Amino acid sequence: MNELVAAVPWLGKRNPTAARWLIILVAIAAPFIAWQFGRSWVRILDFALLYMMLALGLNLVVGFAGLLDLGYIAFYAVGAYTFALLASPHFGIHLPFWLILPLGAAFAALAGIMLGFPVLRLRGDYLAIVTLGFGEIVRIFMLNLNYPVNITNGPQGINMIDPINLFGWDLSRNIRIGEDFTINSLFLYYYFFLIAVAGSILFIQRLQISRIGRAWAAMRDDELAAKAIGINTRNMKLLAFALGATFGGVAGALFGAFQGFVSPESFSLMESIAVLTMVVFGGMGNIAGAVVGAFVLALLPEVLRDVAVPLQQTLFGHVLLDPEVLRMLLLSLAMILMMLLRPAGMIPARARYCHDKHLSATLKQEAAK
Amino acid sequence: MITLLEARNIGKRFGGLQALSDVSLTIRKGEVYGLIGPNGAGKTTFFNVLTGAYTPDGGEFVFNGSELPTGKPHKVVGRGIARTFQNIRLFRDLTALENVMAGHHIRTKAGVWGVLTQNRFTREEERLTTGRAYELLRYVGIQRFADVVSKNLSYGDQRRLEIARALATEPQLLALDEPAAGMNATETGQLKQLIQQIRNDGITVMLIEHDVKLVMGLCDRVAVLDFGSKIAEDVPAVVQKDDAVIAAYLGGGKHAN
Repeated sequence: MNELVAAVPWLGKRNPTAARWLIILVAIAAPFIAWQFGRSWVRILDFALLYMMLALGLNLVVGFAGLLDLGYIAFYAVGAYTFALLASPHFGIHLPFWLILPLGAAFAALAGIMLGFPVLRLRGDYLAIVTLGFGEIVRIFMLNLNYPVNITNGPQGINMIDPINLFGWDLSRNIRIGEDFTINSLFLYYYFFLIAVAGSILFIQRLQISRIGRAWAAMRDDELAAKAIGINTRNMKLLAFALGATFGGVAGALFGAFQGFVSPESFSLMESIAVLTMVVFGGMGNIAGAVVGAFVLALLPEVLRDVAVPLQQTLFGHVLLDPEVLRMLLLSLAMILMMLLRPAGMIPARARYCHDKHLSATLKQEAAK
Repeated sequence: MITLLEARNIGKRFGGLQALSDVSLTIRKGEVYGLIGPNGAGKTTFFNVLTGAYTPDGGEFVFNGSELPTGKPHKVVGRGIARTFQNIRLFRDLTALENVMAGHHIRTKAGVWGVLTQNRFTREEERLTTGRAYELLRYVGIQRFADVVSKNLSYGDQRRLEIARALATEPQLLALDEPAAGMNATETGQLKQLIQQIRNDGITVMLIEHDVKLVMGLCDRVAVLDFGSKIAEDVPAVVQKDDAVIAAYLGGGKHAN
């Protein structure tokens, strides 16, 4: 949260408390503002929150521990399919949400460790290639595990997944208050996801400023030196993969329940790259960067879609470029401009790995002497 | 005198190159032990084998009376041997303080659960780590740069920081690989004082160094390596006059005049 506060332009440095409240206010008010533009925009916000969670998890692996992972979406898939298989008519199993969520997280973490073991000695490009392959393997498994025993239902995917049900409270139902006032289920999902993202930020921040976060940073900056000061790099790498995957798994489970439908095509390589782009675009290695990057890049294509079609119609009379084509074009353009103008990302802040209050307390003692 | 470290017949071969052959030496508790020799003599290889970065082909290290694990750097550090590098290897993007705090890793215990819940034990440990790291920065004399990112420090200060980081692992034996390389006379003088201070505080120091004046002034005993073999081991004054040593450094044998 502190990094997020500091990232607020102008206000963040001058009045952190005001900036903090501003963020909370905007986060709470966002769906109401989006609602004015139409129901689909609230849905887009919901997805933006899921992407935030993915970006936060990937940032932990790539930004903190320095392990370039191009197959991150595989963990999202593991989480989503865990939910889909354990809470849908496909097998006829309907386990409660609070049981599946930790299961999805655990399976994803296990997948993270499974990926981690063979790549322990790899770095940089080589690691990227293997993780990319891993992501594809998981997707192809999902695609083909419908024969001889139908587990994943292949390319058709799994339908009619149970919605999130919090102790009997079904998030997919609108709440009706009185005669003509309803709270749409999209709002309920939004706030639920918001709590999940806030929890993730808190957890990741705590991990960052701890001996674990410092060990990851040490490993990222110089693996040999990290070994020479007694860091067990093998365990720390596996821990990074497992914890990063956990966030992916949780996000995946939420995605499955929210969407009500999962199929392998949601977990393509392009999705992995999209999440990585969010992390790089926002600023690698800091929490605020991941959050802002995910928010901007999840919303930008939708805004484009909304603007590009009417704009082309008024200018040329008909649609020249499909918004989908335009999206890739403008995203690449944004990335190129970013690399040229702000190579460290939108929020290039250096992440801190020690508590400021501890340091200032030490310095105060020092001054008193 | 108590023996702290005993190397027994250490051998290491890289393909056709015998980097170390049958090197045996003993380091006593509380001394400054110099390891010198011409370039390529195997000094740094010896460090790497000792600290677990390489696995030796033969021989063993006995540290504090029991055998050291080979090829497992973190276990060696855990037993109480810390090292610095010839070409400085700091964690570039961490501040000086965070570098030293990272060095404290092996002496702390907080796990994922403790970190996530921020229980009292973890908070206390974190506070102690910060305080200790600051003390160590002051010990090596760079506390005013505590909050400076380490890649922005001057060369001499980076060397000091690396020593502070090694000390944070609470070693009994500190292995310094050419700590004075690239330093001017003033900095070398300060470094000498620092090493003496470390020795006086009860930490045994092992030193690879090319600066002969520093070695002679600082070391209690010196071993000389040449082509992977130990050719002399004694107090500096004796080693200085040793024929084999002079031959190794200046050339000699049948081709010398």
